[in-house]
Amino acid sequence: MKIELNINNSIKVYDVEPRLTLLDFIRDEMKLKGTHAGCEHGVCGACTIILNGEAVRSCMVLAVQAVGDEIITIEGINAKEERTGELNVLQDAFCEAHGMQCGYCTPGMVISAEVLLSKNSNPTREEVREAISGNICRCTGYVQIVDAIMLAAERLSGRNRK
Amino acid sequence: MKSVPFDYVRPKTLESACSYLSKDPNSLVLAGGQSLLPMLSMRLARPSILVDIAHIKELKIIENKRETIKIGSMVRQADALKDPDIKKYLPLLIKGLNNVGHPPTRARGTIGGSIAQADPSSEIALVAVTLGAVIKVHSTIENVEFLASEFFLGPMMTAIPDSGCIFEINFPKPTARKFGTGFNETAPRKSDYALASASAYVGCKDTGEIDNIKLGIGGVGDFPQLIDFDQHWDRKQNKKSITNAIKESLSEVDFVSDYHASSEYRKRAVIELAYQSFLEALGEIGKANNEN
Repeated sequence: MKIELNINNSIKVYDVEPRLTLLDFIRDEMKLKGTHAGCEHGVCGACTIILNGEAVRSCMVLAVQAVGDEIITIEGINAKEERTGELNVLQDAFCEAHGMQCGYCTPGMVISAEVLLSKNSNPTREEVREAISGNICRCTGYVQIVDAIMLAAERLSGRNRK
Repeated sequence: MKSVPFDYVRPKTLESACSYLSKDPNSLVLAGGQSLLPMLSMRLARPSILVDIAHIKELKIIENKRETIKIGSMVRQADALKDPDIKKYLPLLIKGLNNVGHPPTRARGTIGGSIAQADPSSEIALVAVTLGAVIKVHSTIENVEFLASEFFLGPMMTAIPDSGCIFEINFPKPTARKFGTGFNETAPRKSDYALASASAYVGCKDTGEIDNIKLGIGGVGDFPQLIDFDQHWDRKQNKKSITNAIKESLSEVDFVSDYHASSEYRKRAVIELAYQSFLEALGEIGKANNEN
């Protein structure tokens, strides 16, 4: 089935099987391996992407369903910094606050946090926890992840001049 | 974790969707996909064709009617949560929706999809049963409507006829000027299926006298159901009287036991959750009284 998809601001026509999930499409057809395949049935959150401005699980969307939608993967979240290879403020905060260990959940966590901060520049810890409630991390115990997102929020809103 | 191969169509009208459904008995409706996609991946569902109803405009409308709030079946849960009419007239649905999955699944999941899925733990189904919502189904033969309490027949089983597709759910607006609501559930972790849940609606006359109580429970049996609390309550607002009335009204309920929780646990939990929900609803009425 021929479909036109908009991924990271690049619009192209692809030929896909209807049963292909957006996750498998992004990883295997687009060769964008930043979006991780975890449980593949909507439990873990590792495959979270941005679809029309909302955090969405790509394993629970078919590629053919996403026609006409704007899709951003972890590779596309900092279009400006991409050319220089720099991390954005949020990604930097994850490194600085030790918001990851094995890194498997990290792309999904960053995407969920990115969407939260795009809507709410000054979240409480409780709001951060709600925003990442669909993302499972088996290493950190979540505390440093919440710290990282709070640090990024502070920096992005200019409250932390360090 | 790969689905069986299937065909995929994206009709623009409800007529066309139902015509696809009637042509193939092995067809399935795809709404938000937040229950169906995992079932496809695990091959618990093996359809030959998926009929995607996401592009049928009339299914995405929320309408404030005289006595009801009409919610199109394809309205996403996240959009329902933000809707001013739903916030104003259906606070119980808002409370239930806040317990459905988590932000990423609510961004895709729909009101109609959750009702059609008929999971025994579904929060939206529980609120629909509690408030007495009417579920309207279109098929190639006729339009049929069901009271929510008669719609759910068993776990994942509904009264939807072959080739039928839910097109709207009508939630009645509160009839009382003063009313309170409560919703509580317990789950192993946030966003997981509830082991037990309870929702309450209490309406009262302008004098403050309670005249309408609806108490529903979910997650403990084959489908969400109303309990006959009003008949058993002696109107004393202490924990013992309320809890006793809840216990008595559960005598007909068949509690399920599985490896997640025993029937005894579910019963204990739902008694407390029903009590908390009822108390929450009473508290809101108390607040309204003080304000006036």
